[in-house]
Amino acid sequence: MTSDKIALMAHLMRRGGFGAGREELEARAAKGYEATVEDLVNPREEPVDRYEFLRYHPGYIRHITSPGMGSANWLHTLINTQRPLEEKMVLFWHHVFATGASKVDHWHELVAQVDMFRERGMGNYRDMLVALAKNPAMIYWLDNCDNHGYAVNENWGRELLELFSMGVGNYTEEDVQECSRAFTGWTIAPVPPRIYYGRFDWHFDYKEEDHDDGEKTFLGHTGRFNGEDIINIVCQQPATAQFVARHLYNFFVADEPQVPAWSATPPQDPEAIDTLAKTFMDSGYEIAPVLRVLFNSDFFKNARFAKIKSPAEVVVGTLRFAGGAEFPAPGIGNLAKNTGYMGQELLNPPSVEGWHTGVEWINSGALMKRINFAAEMLGDVDRPGIQDIIGRLQVQGELPPEEFVDSCLDLIGPLEVKPETRLQLVEHATEKGALRWGTEREVGVSTERVGEILKLIASVREYQYS
Amino acid sequence: MTTTQRDPVLVVLQLSGGNDYLNTVIPYGDPLYRDNRPAVVIPEGQELALDDQVGLHPSMGPLKSLYDEGKLAIIHGVGYADSIRSHFRSMDIWHTCEPDKMGTEGWLGVAARELDPRKENIVTTVSFGPSLFRALVSPDVPVACVDNLETYGLLTDIASADERTKILDRFTRMYAPAVGGDFVMDYLGQTGLEAMDGADILKVAPGLYSSDVEYAETTIAQKLKGVAQIHLANLGTRIFYCDHSGFDTHANQLGVHATLWKDVSEAIDDFFTDLREHDAADNVVMLLFSEFGRRVHDNGSGTDHGSAGLAFVIGESVKGGQYGEFPSRKTADLQQGDLVPNLDFRGLYSTVLEDWLGLDAKPIVNGTFEKPKFL
Repeated sequence: MTSDKIALMAHLMRRGGFGAGREELEARAAKGYEATVEDLVNPREEPVDRYEFLRYHPGYIRHITSPGMGSANWLHTLINTQRPLEEKMVLFWHHVFATGASKVDHWHELVAQVDMFRERGMGNYRDMLVALAKNPAMIYWLDNCDNHGYAVNENWGRELLELFSMGVGNYTEEDVQECSRAFTGWTIAPVPPRIYYGRFDWHFDYKEEDHDDGEKTFLGHTGRFNGEDIINIVCQQPATAQFVARHLYNFFVADEPQVPAWSATPPQDPEAIDTLAKTFMDSGYEIAPVLRVLFNSDFFKNARFAKIKSPAEVVVGTLRFAGGAEFPAPGIGNLAKNTGYMGQELLNPPSVEGWHTGVEWINSGALMKRINFAAEMLGDVDRPGIQDIIGRLQVQGELPPEEFVDSCLDLIGPLEVKPETRLQLVEHATEKGALRWGTEREVGVSTERVGEILKLIASVREYQYS
Repeated sequence: MTTTQRDPVLVVLQLSGGNDYLNTVIPYGDPLYRDNRPAVVIPEGQELALDDQVGLHPSMGPLKSLYDEGKLAIIHGVGYADSIRSHFRSMDIWHTCEPDKMGTEGWLGVAARELDPRKENIVTTVSFGPSLFRALVSPDVPVACVDNLETYGLLTDIASADERTKILDRFTRMYAPAVGGDFVMDYLGQTGLEAMDGADILKVAPGLYSSDVEYAETTIAQKLKGVAQIHLANLGTRIFYCDHSGFDTHANQLGVHATLWKDVSEAIDDFFTDLREHDAADNVVMLLFSEFGRRVHDNGSGTDHGSAGLAFVIGESVKGGQYGEFPSRKTADLQQGDLVPNLDFRGLYSTVLEDWLGLDAKPIVNGTFEKPKFL
């Protein structure tokens, strides 16, 4: 196995999933790159059993609600899934169709929304927009339940165009109003539970008598449009294909400026965006073919470490790598709060615009949390992923400081670091000489030293890149 | 410039989501107010009247007291021409003072650089909240971003103090600026070092603090408590920034808006009471703003995105009262159903920058604008 094949596979798994340990990388690289892309796009592994989590956290079963329950539940899936791209796409759509507990305050409905992203995330975008327009959490989040034929509420109508499909600058204020009229009467109704305690579930409800059935003019088309007609027109717009392509590029390839800047700042790689947008249009708005083209492209393969990890990638990637968090132990609620400390509270984005990504993830407070979290996990030599590294180092026998550092950088990624960074790591390792495994005492000392150097590697700047 | 013995300090409290102007400073004397608000209305007599025309929202009692004491200025009709009704774009405009193109520098980022050009104090600006506000962003300007002052610190899980010192020393060298580094690497390096140094400075604040004031348990009161702790520790912080969100009241506005203003008003009252108790209020001015106001006519349950809004400026040095003109509510005077701004927000900023922080506003706000004279 050449080290470059491993490095490329590590790149694919970091972006198309949440990273992978050495054994998985070797197995996937042996199978081949394109075959792995196919496995990611068409996952055949069993989905995570939702009931495993609920079995151990019966208090999380509906209808009780409290902040954080949904994100703990989702974190369990993020850590355990064997269908990594599917789950990465759930995160992607959660970034784009950002819906938050700050207002919805009903974790079960938020989880139902991300379940919808899991079901449809690699499917048809038009169908997903229709499902989104009927999604109870979204209807409540953007007040479409208050969008009446006699009193139009523009919240959903505006964001559908501005943040979910076309982007600012591609429609007029009149289009927003007409679009909103078409979605009047699209509302929610509660499902009364058998036991009247806590939150009721919601379901989509279309109230014909509350729908404004009049003629509307939207993006140059005129007719007695209902919501689905609006979505069909939206999907035909080249701006929508460009918008979706740019989102995918920003999420999977390289950091772009934030969404509000898109109307003013062209993409850094317009050719790549055009390629993705064309695939999207040609396939009739299917997402899977776009992902296939993206991951097999040179612009993707050449974008190693060109992105700052999101907090979810830091937390989930580190936990999956270090291991030991697969079982939904009592601390999982607190564990799930860590992405929030780094500026990304799952199921509770700051607003419907979602999170500002890339370098905007980094500020002094968030960087401190990112470093502290990764250093604590990777420096914990009892965790299975770290045990695996120790085992792999041990079979290499006595290791001079330089080889010790290089092996650790290789096994943790491979992680590419600047020569200056490597020099500091080597100097640090040199203070205590070569790594030896001859006696029980030496094994103890060396194990501790591996933990220490991994802690330091977790705090280097390069670890912040995906 | 107002003279104070100590360096002037600015606290910005951002009301995120678009605060409803008409139900905050209520034009209760105008029949058009009630005509436009069949559902989202403050019943006559409940407003806290400031004069025979306008009154504050009934849950703003503490702010009414500050107004009566002459320490609260209301700035009417704030906004910018051709107002944009997107939260994000509008907030960007307020943050960068660039309505016509995408700005990269925040107005307070530039102000912080002017206040401390040699970066002598890395806690000149302190932001409360998980992410950095664009208003504070400027290349090479450090901002300490704190969420919890009590647990702020790098690699605090290393038990041995000796070992931690060694690791932090290595960290310092790894994060040192390198020749030919790219922007993101340099930014990470600088942020990492500032995080480490800033934590060392800020962590003393809670230990030095004691107060008779019991802040409310609300998020905004707890943020302002953190601001007070750092201010009272005399660490030289000149700009504090925090926000309170939830003002996007498309639905169920009456209850939600009342709670928002109750929480904000009580938190501000706690904050200034605390500062006065420590004789540390006279060099602090607080600015409250929102990215836009809301539509004049309600939608049956809430109000949609609008245009002109209002700002509050609070402090011992503030000349209380009302500034500017409440925009006309007459149908013929509205634009797309919204109040038309008559005071550019950059004029409001200019007053704060020039007459409080002692800076030249023009290069910061990108032009010269009419300045309301509340300082």
